[in-house]
Amino acid sequence: MTAALLEWAVLTAQFLLVAAMGCAAFRLLRGPRAQDRVLALDTLYIIAAMLLLVFGIRTGSPHYFEAALLITLLGFVATAALSKFLMRGEVIE
Amino acid sequence: MTHAAELPAWAALSVAVLLLLGAGMALVGAVGLLRLRSFYERVHAPALGTTLGIGCVLVASMLFFSLVQTRFVLHEVLIAVLVVITTPVTLMLLTRAALNRDRIEGNEAVPPPPRSRR
Amino acid sequence: MRRVLPHPLLALFLLVAWLLLVESVSPGAVLLGSVVAACGSWALASLAPPRARLRRLAVVPGLLLDVLVEVMRSNVAVARIIMRPADRGARRSGFVRIPLDMRAPYGLASLACILTATPGTVWVDYDSAEGTMLLHVLDLVDEAEWARIVKERWERRLMEIFE
Repeated sequence: MTAALLEWAVLTAQFLLVAAMGCAAFRLLRGPRAQDRVLALDTLYIIAAMLLLVFGIRTGSPHYFEAALLITLLGFVATAALSKFLMRGEVIE
Repeated sequence: MTHAAELPAWAALSVAVLLLLGAGMALVGAVGLLRLRSFYERVHAPALGTTLGIGCVLVASMLFFSLVQTRFVLHEVLIAVLVVITTPVTLMLLTRAALNRDRIEGNEAVPPPPRSRR
Repeated sequence: MRRVLPHPLLALFLLVAWLLLVESVSPGAVLLGSVVAACGSWALASLAPPRARLRRLAVVPGLLLDVLVEVMRSNVAVARIIMRPADRGARRSGFVRIPLDMRAPYGLASLACILTATPGTVWVDYDSAEGTMLLHVLDLVDEAEWARIVKERWERRLMEIFE
């Protein structure tokens, strides 16, 4: 009973997160401006980390945690670099 | 999900509720990314996913693995600390970059820079 | 002490992070973690960041609790704004310039993080010459009300901690 409840919740959460990724991906493709795309990319990174954590619960394997940690780190570096690029047109001044 | 069979009912229920709440908040944030009208409004939307959204999922993950492995699994705290420190920085950088671009283009809707920097 | 370990707080944080990552408190893990923490602390010292002066640490737990409550509350508020039908209600969003009394750099950084982490408000800019900050608010009802909220709810207590 509890396993069935949890399995249903994990599946629903995955569906919700994939739908959220769809929304963010739409904004990423649509724009209209570069800052919108960067914002959508940042959102995608966070949702991807959440999806990995939910995957970890689903499989019961703790290794997905490390992937989620790396994705959040990469997301920060990527967004910071892209914002810097938007600000001045170059990453390193 | 055979490994979850030994979980007590209260734990399974709270993990399920936390997961659904977290994923739901992330979805609402992403919908906000679509629905809000200008960039400066949209910049508020992902904050839902980065605060309550990922927070709920992390607590659910901590609770689940602590009970399944019958020991304290706390390393999710690292992701929480990382997200808490980094998201304000990226949002601020991005908003400032957008403001800078709008000012250069002479967009009327954004406030002018302070007098000392004109 | 300062020469051996220039930033004890950062070193402690690094050690705890290391122990969480390897998930053990065995002597080997603690030893390796201490080496990593010491290296990180020396690396930061060579960057020479301005030194933080912390006073009145007793205020910190209450402040963190208030931040948590405020984040929850504004999560619900922003979610309602997003899900509201588009044609209803004239919601206005916009920029507010708020004069600040606080000058301590770490206090300002903390204020920026608190305001940006709270859904519905984003710290945009700070002008050190005039001592004003620019805030973007999603649901802007009254400019003066926001200035009052920022000053009374956060700035006063951050000044107690950092100045």
